[in-house]
Amino acid sequence: MRSSVGNPADEKRGMNLTLRIWRQKGPSVKGRMVTYEVTDISPDMSFLEMLDVLNEQLILSGDEPVVFDHDCREGICGSCGLMINGTAHGAGVAAPGRTTTCQLHMRKFKDGDTIDVEPWRASAFPVIKDLAVNRGALDRIIQAGGYVSVPTGTAPDAHAVPVPKKDADAAFDAATCIGCGACVAACPNASSMLFTAAKVSHLGLLPQGQPERNDRVVNMVAQQDREGFGGCTNIGECSAACPKGISMENISRLNHDLLGALRAGARPKS
Amino acid sequence: MVTVTHSGQRRTPKAAKTNSVFKKVVMAVSGIILVLYLIAHMIGNLKVFAGRESFNHYSEWIRTIGEPAVPSQTTLWIIRIVLLAAVIAHFWAAVSLWRQARRARPERYVSKKAVAQSYASRTMRWGGVIVLLFIIWHILDLTVGAVNPDGADSTPYDRLVASFQNPFITAFYVLALLLLGMHLRHGIWSATQTLGQSNKRRERTVNAFAIAFATLLTVGFLIVPFSVLFNIVD
Repeated sequence: MRSSVGNPADEKRGMNLTLRIWRQKGPSVKGRMVTYEVTDISPDMSFLEMLDVLNEQLILSGDEPVVFDHDCREGICGSCGLMINGTAHGAGVAAPGRTTTCQLHMRKFKDGDTIDVEPWRASAFPVIKDLAVNRGALDRIIQAGGYVSVPTGTAPDAHAVPVPKKDADAAFDAATCIGCGACVAACPNASSMLFTAAKVSHLGLLPQGQPERNDRVVNMVAQQDREGFGGCTNIGECSAACPKGISMENISRLNHDLLGALRAGARPKS
Repeated sequence: MVTVTHSGQRRTPKAAKTNSVFKKVVMAVSGIILVLYLIAHMIGNLKVFAGRESFNHYSEWIRTIGEPAVPSQTTLWIIRIVLLAAVIAHFWAAVSLWRQARRARPERYVSKKAVAQSYASRTMRWGGVIVLLFIIWHILDLTVGAVNPDGADSTPYDRLVASFQNPFITAFYVLALLLLGMHLRHGIWSATQTLGQSNKRRERTVNAFAIAFATLLTVGFLIVPFSVLFNIVD
């Protein structure tokens, strides 16, 4: 704990940090780590605000600012995502808490720290520029089956289809996935299994998801293989890095559903 | 989820290869077959404490199961063929997933730290390769006798004692068994996940069982070479 409450002079003193940031001009250009210094960083800043400070500094000195993805900055949209000191969203720094990059605060670091910042690395997530990667692969996994087909019209009564509480809770836990891609980034195999499993569980546990349940799982798994993600070896780095704490049981449920679907004769669309 | 899309950069999906989950199922099922064999093998090994006679007789019995209904060694060869098929399937799935993982992350992180992974899960691949090399040597040493200090003409009991009286052979055996123990610790958990039999409630139990089983099996195997080394068995 900082003793800032009793000493207002302390409050003013910010942190001085050394940043080693991955700079890459474009998808097919080779990138490298570049070292920057930032001074007087408030412990109350978020990690992205700290990068904003760096970017202002870079613009003033005529350099190109560092490109990174972000949107809501309140941990719910899934846009931001950086590898911080070798862990997705800085999970190693934030532990035991769970966080997105935008909700990681600078108070988790110490004055004088050197911080490595890299993009998600996977062949399925090509770098667009610097720290921004293309996560369209996750969208295409959703397109392959992560939906329920329902006729449009008036919304049905909320209690028209009963859902057991246990299933509703588990489905909701799975549905909290924000699709940030931290699971892929953290996985030693660059597998998207936790993401796909969360979507398969979310819909597969609910009555509305039953008609397409078998086709959903085979098509989503086929798409994730097509996108060039690695295979799951149940190591658990994904779940540990997940800002929403999606659990490994979803992966088991996906496997269970997939084996059932294959036995029932479901085959992926080519 | 918001995704930045960049025209002209959309990756053309490659043709679907063998389903990665299917490979994991092959891995899990072949692994289970091998684990069942390991249990029988460990129990058989413990016959060494019943004495030379009993151990050699057990070895002879394995070769004569089913006689005279079937010719000598029929059952043994069926077991051997099943095991060989399981090893090949296990190895194929592992290599295939290993290559897939390498393709999935061609550019490595400059700095990468583990948050949750166990040492056991980290040693699955190279540990598995070392265990495979060990098995080949192990068969040449104790089954065939080709590389055994006592040679191929000796009895199984003599080959065992001759091997484990050599501290270097014992050291290699211990190393391989420790790696095998860790392989089983992660393998049992992973197979349960792959076959869709795990959930939040069972997760702790599955992991506790995996640790207990792997420890028991490793100790059961290691007790034999140490007994020879310390002259409890000679």
